[in-house]
Amino acid sequence: MSTVDELAPIVVHDSARASRRERLRLVLRSKTFLVGAAIGAFWVFCALFGPAVVPENPYADDILNKLQPPSAEHWFGTDRLGRDVFSRVIVGARDILIVAPLATLVGTVLGTALGLVTGYFRGLADDVIMRVVDAFLAIPVVVIGLLALTVVGPSRVAVILVIGIVFTPIIARTVRAAVLSERELEYVEAARLRNEHTPYVLFGEILPNVLGPVLVEFTVRLGYAIFAIATLSFLGFGIQPPAPDWGLQIFENYGLLSAGDWWPTLFPALAIATLVVGVNLIADGLTQAFER
Amino acid sequence: MGRFILRRVALALVTLWLLSVIVFVACEVMPGDVARSILGPTAAPETVAALNERLGTNDPVLARYGDWIAGIPRGDLGESYAFRRPVDEMIGPALWNSAKLAFLAFLLVVPLGILGGVTAALYEGRALDRAISVGGLSASAIPEFVWAVTVILVFGIWLDVLPVSAQAPPGASFLTQVEYLILPALCLVFVLFGYLARMARAGTAEALDSDYTRTAVLKGLPRRTVIRRHVLRNSLLPTIAVVATQTGYLIGGLVAIELIFNYPGIGRLLVRAADQKDFPLLQGTVLVIGVVYLLATLAADLAYAYLNPRIRYGRAFS
Repeated sequence: MSTVDELAPIVVHDSARASRRERLRLVLRSKTFLVGAAIGAFWVFCALFGPAVVPENPYADDILNKLQPPSAEHWFGTDRLGRDVFSRVIVGARDILIVAPLATLVGTVLGTALGLVTGYFRGLADDVIMRVVDAFLAIPVVVIGLLALTVVGPSRVAVILVIGIVFTPIIARTVRAAVLSERELEYVEAARLRNEHTPYVLFGEILPNVLGPVLVEFTVRLGYAIFAIATLSFLGFGIQPPAPDWGLQIFENYGLLSAGDWWPTLFPALAIATLVVGVNLIADGLTQAFER
Repeated sequence: MGRFILRRVALALVTLWLLSVIVFVACEVMPGDVARSILGPTAAPETVAALNERLGTNDPVLARYGDWIAGIPRGDLGESYAFRRPVDEMIGPALWNSAKLAFLAFLLVVPLGILGGVTAALYEGRALDRAISVGGLSASAIPEFVWAVTVILVFGIWLDVLPVSAQAPPGASFLTQVEYLILPALCLVFVLFGYLARMARAGTAEALDSDYTRTAVLKGLPRRTVIRRHVLRNSLLPTIAVVATQTGYLIGGLVAIELIFNYPGIGRLLVRAADQKDFPLLQGTVLVIGVVYLLATLAADLAYAYLNPRIRYGRAFS
């Protein structure tokens, strides 16, 4: 009997590690994940080293050479102030890749905490909080972001907090659903019988077991965060000039499309498209691996 | 079923009330002086004080909430600061315009999404399935304004086959109006297709996997009949009911699209209100958008409940 007691935790530990390894193998074998990861890695590289490798200063005006079409000198042409579009697109990765992951992180941390508490305690607090969540969900993310940024004024920190808070109820809902099934399992009962403190049961016992869904939710939300932040920047309520943010570049230049000056709009548009598609392929690869 | 409807409507009303509180509170925390921000820094202090008095911005917060909420059942949402017109008179036509655009988008995306999803399910796991699923997912990940500038460039300028503004000249025929709306609607189609196709694919895959389909196959029915009479009939009705829940994404998408195509809908109105810091208009617009979404999801839930016998005959729901 005693040998079994000593062996049991080791066996459980091993199988947990094996299933984690199996999952990792599935993720690394998924073509969508690998393609997405390659695209993501490219933009992360641009965000980290872009300012050091671009041919021109992305902020430098050169009004005499404004709106030059793509050429050997300016690969992506120049914009209405004569700035080099190629340099601005490469350096522009930095803003979105700082703001979007931080916003998603804020939403994931707050949402996970909220989801753990509401899912674990159920009852009145759960009902009330879920009603408020429903009310928040009735307003599209872009619309509520626009409202909030009009009130507090646009800045990077404001965008991070607003998007983070808007995502909180959405993530809370996913985590809550996962907690609802976890709380009925024996290990939670066991922790409760050992008289563990509730915060320990929540964050020490249940949280590690719902980290899979939380990770998947984080990557899915990251895609939406890039979507929403780029849109807010495009509407003029996100990242402010003269930053080389992609949404902002499109906002500044799309009026020139009908005059035939397509390059200052099309290249940032392609940058956004590749980044969101990359993140979504990563999310898709992870989802498939975790749902098996 | 009766209890389900009652409960669902009651919950929608509670959500609506909470929504009004959220919208009101969000606009009330605006720092600074309303009349000052309307009149600008050069206005005389007496003029500013008088305008604040007229707008009622000095009243206690609860009184202002009471005034605002009491007007809503009468359709009175206050007066726009920037345009000096009743908010409801501005929202009405804008909402109608947006509805036309949204309707055209749904008209295009529903058949396409269902066709895509059913095809993917019939070829589950094969290259065509992956192409539709991953392609649709990727298309819906790209923001509407990126699609908008792309389709403007390709169809409006390079190929020069469609107008790049969404607003037809006054007195244009119905078909001309539709022609002007095709490009903006197309952007919504790109964003919504992936989700719809995924729903249709999941529903069809489930039906294909079911016992009744196996029975139909085993009793020797032709594949075509099995798919049409057994699979699609069971998989598509719920999918169609789920379409309405996409209204939220759709309205969110309208904001950027209406701005780019210069279309006088609810989205462009919202951006204008935000640009001008026109809080009565902003509050009213966001509230109306929330109400439209709540009504659409309520309709979707009821339709789904009606189509789903497990709910229709009173099983538990949450």
